[in-house]
Amino acid sequence: MRKNIWMVLALLIVVPAMLLATSCAKKQVDTGMSTTEPDMTSEDTMNAQAAEKARLEAERIKAQEEARARAAARESFTNDDIHFEFDSASLTPQAQDLLSKKAGYMLAMSGTKITIEGNCDERGTDAYNMALGERRAEAAKAYLVNLGVSPSQINTISYGEERPVDPAHNEAAWAKNRRDHFVINN
Amino acid sequence: MMRLFPKRCAILIFFLMLMPHGANAEIKYIDLTNPFLRKIPMAIPVFQSMGNQPTELSQVGPFSNELKDMLDFSGYFKMLDRSSFLHDPQKSGITRSTINFQNWTTVGAELLITGGVRMEGGQMVTELRLFDTFKAKLLVGKRYRGRVEDRREVVKRFCSEVLLALTGHAGFFDSRLAFVSNGTGNKEIYMCDFDGKNVHQVTNKHSITSFPAWSSNGRYLAFTSYDRGPVQVIIKDLQTMAESRVRYKGVQISPAWVPNRFELTATLSNGGDQEIYLLTGKGKMIKRLTNSRGIDVDASWSPDGKKIAFVSKRSGRPQIYIKEINTGRVQRLTFEGNYNTQPCWSPKGNMIAYSSMAQGEINIFVMDIERNDPIQLTSNQRDNEAPSWSPDGSLIAFSSTREGKSQIYVMTAYGTDQRRLLTMPGEQSHPRWSPNIPQ
Repeated sequence: MRKNIWMVLALLIVVPAMLLATSCAKKQVDTGMSTTEPDMTSEDTMNAQAAEKARLEAERIKAQEEARARAAARESFTNDDIHFEFDSASLTPQAQDLLSKKAGYMLAMSGTKITIEGNCDERGTDAYNMALGERRAEAAKAYLVNLGVSPSQINTISYGEERPVDPAHNEAAWAKNRRDHFVINN
Repeated sequence: MMRLFPKRCAILIFFLMLMPHGANAEIKYIDLTNPFLRKIPMAIPVFQSMGNQPTELSQVGPFSNELKDMLDFSGYFKMLDRSSFLHDPQKSGITRSTINFQNWTTVGAELLITGGVRMEGGQMVTELRLFDTFKAKLLVGKRYRGRVEDRREVVKRFCSEVLLALTGHAGFFDSRLAFVSNGTGNKEIYMCDFDGKNVHQVTNKHSITSFPAWSSNGRYLAFTSYDRGPVQVIIKDLQTMAESRVRYKGVQISPAWVPNRFELTATLSNGGDQEIYLLTGKGKMIKRLTNSRGIDVDASWSPDGKKIAFVSKRSGRPQIYIKEINTGRVQRLTFEGNYNTQPCWSPKGNMIAYSSMAQGEINIFVMDIERNDPIQLTSNQRDNEAPSWSPDGSLIAFSSTREGKSQIYVMTAYGTDQRRLLTMPGEQSHPRWSPNIPQ
């Protein structure tokens, strides 16, 4: 499944670029010169240069699109936290889906090194929450490793209840704070 | 001898005035089964200036107030209001033969402390006497000589003598509290005297620094910090300021010193699962102590160093267990409530304080280990956490959000006299009461 995204992107970008290039080539007009050895007329040169320019342009656009797609995927990787139930380090179905996507990213971008930061809401007590935060980070790591990511690519750290994203004291805030956050290190 | 703090105390010489303490054995002043049930009325009039000298006259008021406040802190006494006293500090006697005890029993005082201050050769000489007013009997008499600046030290020493005479235990007047405060913008470790005075900052790591833990001689403080990346347990020598670090991978949580040994425990996960490990005072591995899948954290040692209380999730929710180190036997302590953490073993050995979360509130409980009868000490006061016993087991420090932000409070072991210990910027948490550390 992971290869399909790239295939589709490739097709969407490369094919039109190719068409552009070849149609430019087709615009080459027969100058009507009747010499037996085709000589480079000024028009031929111009057309060759135009074709090269178009080809380079197409490649540049393709590279730009690819970079944008990569950046978007990277942003999604780091922006999307996975969340947990109270006092639990079990992965919910939504968490598992998100983790599958993240595994996809890491397998496509081999060599990526990440840190998973485990967090808890403010309820409960500090030492216990430090331990729980680590269990949450380790649970996500184990899931990624099961999908083929190398464990050496993943660091884990627990912040316990020290780093909430939402400082409010209500269930909505607590639900946001019970999370693993993913950071790309390189 | 190296000191914990740079201030130098002058040599204090005290001469025992009278009376062996054993004479009090027949008279029960403080009922130690519930000492706070009836506070003993005590009178501490303003001290007498013996030489009528300006320094003496400026000292007698604050000096007697300092003594009054310090004994009041113990919770054993009801301090009588001076406006009711039939007593002129400068004219009335301060020794047994010169005191009219009827003046004191009439106003309801059962205990009386008189003081006399005299400047002698640039030094302050203080005589302090504790009397039983109904028996007209001297219980403690001391004389101290030192600098005026060391007055607080004199007060502490006399308070220890008073408590020793009345309860058999010297109390907590030489102890300190370590705690966490984020007033600088980061969580750092701070320290203060047992009564909240003389606060100073111990760490300056500009990170998240927490979980202070005292060694049983008061010389070392362990704590955790993220200052170099992932959290590490750091062991600080408070005399030399040198720091050692525990260098195992994975999380490092809640250091706790073994009584009377240069060893401590911490929860580490470098073995793959979170377990409690025993380490040397320099942070090197000795052995693993717990052996159960899941969270094992928050260890607290019994005063005899033979058992640990700790939090484990092995039965599904966080509960407190006790493990006997030699036999390896583990038994569960808490059965009521389904979120019991932060155990702290009383220095007396028979009680464990802990916090329990229920219905959205965290409260402090104490339990006699033999009887297994949890007693709730706080209620309807928002979150109350991290109980820590005074070295004589008579008081408990804890953090509470009852006034909004988290601050440090103190109460008696029976939950009475709950009051805030200090006021400072930011939020304070994790109070940890040191042993008595003589200066």
